[in-house]
Amino acid sequence: MDSFSGGDPASASSGRDKEAVRIEELHKSFGELEVLKGVNLTARKGDVVAIIGGSGSGKSTMLRCINFLEAPTSGRIYVGGEHIAMRDDGTPSNRRQLERIRTRLGMVFQSFNLWTHRTLLENVIEVPVHVLKQPRAEAIEKAQSLLKRVGLGDKADVYPAYLSGGQQQRAAIARALAVDPDVMLFDEPTSALDPELVGEVLTVIRDLAAEGRTMLLVTHEMKFAREVADHVVYLYQGRIEEQGAPEQIFDAPKSERLQQFLMSIN
Amino acid sequence: MSDLLNMLGLAQSAELLSLSPPGWGGNLLRGLLNSLQIAFGAFGMGLVIGLFGAYGKLYGGPILRDLLAVYTTVIRAVPELVLILILYYLGSDLINKVSEAMGYGRVEISGVVAGIWVLGVVQGAYSIEVLRGAIQAVPPGQIEAARAFGMPPLMLMRRVTIPAMMSFATPGLANLWLIATKDTALLAIVGFSELTLETRQAAASTRAYFTFFLAAGALYLIVTLFSQVIFGRIERWARRGQPSLRGGPR
Ligand SMILES: Nc1ncnc2c1ncn2[C@@H]1O[C@H](COP(=O)(O)OP(=O)(O)OP(=O)(O)O)[C@@H](O)[C@H]1O
Ligand SMILES: [Mg+2]
Repeated sequence: MDSFSGGDPASASSGRDKEAVRIEELHKSFGELEVLKGVNLTARKGDVVAIIGGSGSGKSTMLRCINFLEAPTSGRIYVGGEHIAMRDDGTPSNRRQLERIRTRLGMVFQSFNLWTHRTLLENVIEVPVHVLKQPRAEAIEKAQSLLKRVGLGDKADVYPAYLSGGQQQRAAIARALAVDPDVMLFDEPTSALDPELVGEVLTVIRDLAAEGRTMLLVTHEMKFAREVADHVVYLYQGRIEEQGAPEQIFDAPKSERLQQFLMSIN
Repeated sequence: MSDLLNMLGLAQSAELLSLSPPGWGGNLLRGLLNSLQIAFGAFGMGLVIGLFGAYGKLYGGPILRDLLAVYTTVIRAVPELVLILILYYLGSDLINKVSEAMGYGRVEISGVVAGIWVLGVVQGAYSIEVLRGAIQAVPPGQIEAARAFGMPPLMLMRRVTIPAMMSFATPGLANLWLIATKDTALLAIVGFSELTLETRQAAASTRAYFTFFLAAGALYLIVTLFSQVIFGRIERWARRGQPSLRGGPR
């Protein structure tokens, strides 16, 4: 199993050594197509792990296996040290447990996936109030401060369709933060955005990294990955081809495929 | 007022339609009320069947899916009038058989209950298809987001799928409701005193066919217009959050 240490002094608080997510021998096939071929990865509390790789290399699938949006074909997933129970066919065997663990994982999607029939505020309080049964007034107060934090304080009562992509994605991040997640999962949060809107979303994510949030981030923004990540993972055809500190991955890649990949996107 | 009616030669019609006997207006309104009661009940029963049926068709096992396919196909293939006769006699026969077997003797089935059951079964088949289409039109990402945040299945249905599909379902459901109000007229064939049968009786006893059928037509029209207003509101509510196609804010 691979382990690594981040050198981020800002979050070198207690708990830094506790593992947040561990993926062991993860395999995933869609019918005949084997997309993940045995992935092992550990992220500890406070780590920012950037996952890079070519299109179709399995980045999204790997991320979606962590919260079982895709059922793994085999392997083991641990969140906060707890093994997510699954049957032999990979489907979760304990729905309650999975639901509980899912509330600890804040997911942000490429296409935002806000609930369009609810205002931003309603989107943000939905899970705290209805899934976590928090008092409504408390949830509203927290949601308002989260919306303010992502720069949408004045948009609380607006429906998502009336906002730009960048604003929707920031709202989606506020929704994920509302459950105060142990780990945040980002699946290409900026790749559906117009170039001029990318910056505002990255600013919010950078801010989260700085406060020591544990994050797994699939991204095509190499500059950004280098800047915020403690650890970079390069996936190639369903396997981790190379991983390490950002300087190592971007400045001194060992694998030829990674070298080619980095060349191709620059 | 009465002068005006006299002048137009409508005094007689007004008398025939007056609410108290010897006028027949009261009978017509009673018939209308019965019709609405049945339409309402049948529409509601259809919605319940529709919701479960739609989920069954989308997520159920192969046997359930096949059964539902048979149900929707048969109901939608056979003419409604024939269905009403079959379901009405089948239903009352079954109930009587059961009650006789249990030693109660024949039972009188209330017309309203029978009407709701018969039309509800018909409405259910159409509702399933309307709701199935609407559920499938919900962007999968919205359902996925709810799952990713740990929402249990029933809550997901209540909090996300149903509200999100409403805007796709309301036009179809509005149609079904209007069909339900008019299908109640078919129940005249089994002797149920809804609006159409009351109208026929009034017309036959007074020979004022034109007056009464025109009046009944007007009542059906009023129901339709009123329904349109209500469904317009529902649709506007269901479409909240979706910019209108005509553009402009909200
Ligand atoms: N639900 C699915 N059914 C069948 N095949 C799938 C499904 N989801 C993904 N795949 C396939 O799995 C492979 C990996 O997909 P994945 O989305 O994980 O790639 P990715 O690395 O995220 O790519 P991208 O950068 O384009 O998002 C692709 O070949 C894709 O076609
Ligand atoms: Mg992807």
